[in-house]
Amino acid sequence: MNVTPAANAPERPAQPLEQPRLDLAVIAEMVAPGARVLDVGCGDGALLQLLAQKKGVDGRGVELSQRGVNECVAKGLSVIQGDADTDLSDYPDDGFDYVILSQTLQATRRPRAALANMLRIGRRAIISFPNFGYWRVRAQFAFGGRMPVTGRLDYHWHDTPNIHLCTIRDFVEIVDELGAHIERGVAFDRAGAPIRFSAPWWVWNLFGEQAVFLLERGDQRL
Amino acid sequence: MSVLSEARPACSEGFAPKTVVFPPDRPLLTDGGGRIAPLTVAYETRGTLNAARSNAILLCHALTGDQYAAGVNPVTRKPGWWEAMVGPGKPFDTDRYFLICSNVVGGCLGTTGPASINPATGKPYGVDFPVVTIRDMVRAQAMLIDHLGIETLFCVAGGSMGGMQVLQWAASYPERVFSAMPIATAAKHSAQNIAFHEVGRQAVMADPDWRSGRYQEQGVRPEKGLAVARMSAHITYLSEAALQRKFGRKLQDRSAPTFSFDADFQVENYLRYQGLAFVERFDANSYLFVTRACDYFDLAADYGGSLAMAFKDTKTRFCVVSFTSDWLYPTSDSRAIVHALNAGGASVSFVEIESDKGHDAFLLHEPMFIATTRGFLDSAANARGLAPDGTSK
Repeated sequence: MNVTPAANAPERPAQPLEQPRLDLAVIAEMVAPGARVLDVGCGDGALLQLLAQKKGVDGRGVELSQRGVNECVAKGLSVIQGDADTDLSDYPDDGFDYVILSQTLQATRRPRAALANMLRIGRRAIISFPNFGYWRVRAQFAFGGRMPVTGRLDYHWHDTPNIHLCTIRDFVEIVDELGAHIERGVAFDRAGAPIRFSAPWWVWNLFGEQAVFLLERGDQRL
Repeated sequence: MSVLSEARPACSEGFAPKTVVFPPDRPLLTDGGGRIAPLTVAYETRGTLNAARSNAILLCHALTGDQYAAGVNPVTRKPGWWEAMVGPGKPFDTDRYFLICSNVVGGCLGTTGPASINPATGKPYGVDFPVVTIRDMVRAQAMLIDHLGIETLFCVAGGSMGGMQVLQWAASYPERVFSAMPIATAAKHSAQNIAFHEVGRQAVMADPDWRSGRYQEQGVRPEKGLAVARMSAHITYLSEAALQRKFGRKLQDRSAPTFSFDADFQVENYLRYQGLAFVERFDANSYLFVTRACDYFDLAADYGGSLAMAFKDTKTRFCVVSFTSDWLYPTSDSRAIVHALNAGGASVSFVEIESDKGHDAFLLHEPMFIATTRGFLDSAANARGLAPDGTSK
């Protein structure tokens, strides 16, 4: 192919509207307008920006990578360098309305402690994570005999930051243990279509490639 | 001004800074129980104050800095100390903001300090000048800001000792500080910091020309002692990597060691030059006073030992910045500030900039630092309702 890209490139709209990552769009939809939000593991700040634009939230972020932090601050977001495992304990009780952990739970050293801290800092917590119970993951392991590598989990066993993977059923169980309840939950299949809400857990767990849960703190403190 | 110019060190004779003089009925009462009256504050401004008086930024200079953050310094004839950051189109944009920078109390570039005339004796204060603190410096700045008719500063920013003043401003006058940038700084001076300062002071006082601090009246200056103080301090402003890159073990204008105590090595020559250049522009007693002010700085101590209490319920937006190779005010010092701000529920960003240039990195052209500052100020300006031309929306 000897094509000059510029010559044949279709004319693009002046301001292409970037489609936010699927789970981010769902999370943004779960947050009440004007809320105080802490995004733990905020990366380059895409969700915080989305929340500021769509919901006018008062957002703060914590990000482990200095590169991510620098990008966020340069965008005008309030973000500090920190670690979900060690730095959440510095935050006061009820400092936020929502504490969000998107695609990060599985990379924490102590996920249960991180979740408990989130529900202490905010009355509500939103967590998105890749479902290890997804049928393709199960199939790769069961029939291929190899550690699974899928679209949501595209790392090899030796270079993955994901040290605490869980299934949707595992997650539902730990939420119960923490005395929190699930206010809303959404699971998506590979195509990004949500799984019917009325479907039983095992259907979610088998066909959901990723899930997003909105939790509310229980009455008793843990 | 004739009295003041008499009190200037020899280097700045004929130098007439822009000043405001607070008469004896408006004294500066210091933390140490001293009284400075009259008080002269020398300052510079750049840019234009908008009609709503909402676009003013106070820049706080470091230990041996001055009010000349940008443009040409009339004393040294060199560019201002924050030329990388201040000017049209730069992060501290003089087309958008009204920049104010004043010489600290205890300094020697126009603001009342130990070289000024003590009205009680008609002679220079010398070591009789009241020992001032960072909070005293901030009090004097607040008097200037009042004088300029500015209620709330859009931002207070500064590095090193300037960063301490930023923290003090945010703690003392939270409602007057819309945003704050403490850079390469700490909420308290560490034992190591105090130790280095003490070496510098002892070098000054060991110089026979110091004359117990009365050198001005005797027509001499403790130049050797002050130069040594500067040489040792200068090492702390650089990183090992930067020294290695710049000088290594390279020899100065010679191919072999001379087996003498000449400046064989380039690094020796460089430090000697730094020392000599410094004594031309700085007063030895001032050096004693400003280093002492840093040593006494411990913000938490004023708030029952809790730094978080210093910033409780603050509405100020903070951006804390540190540099990886700064061992004088390391990142852990900045983190302590961030933790305290978080605990107080403050809006805070924290960035550690990758640089091998040591503590001095905040004065140099660091692209990531510039981008961070620009991003932070832009978003703060939005929140403050400042248009890109600096007018109030």
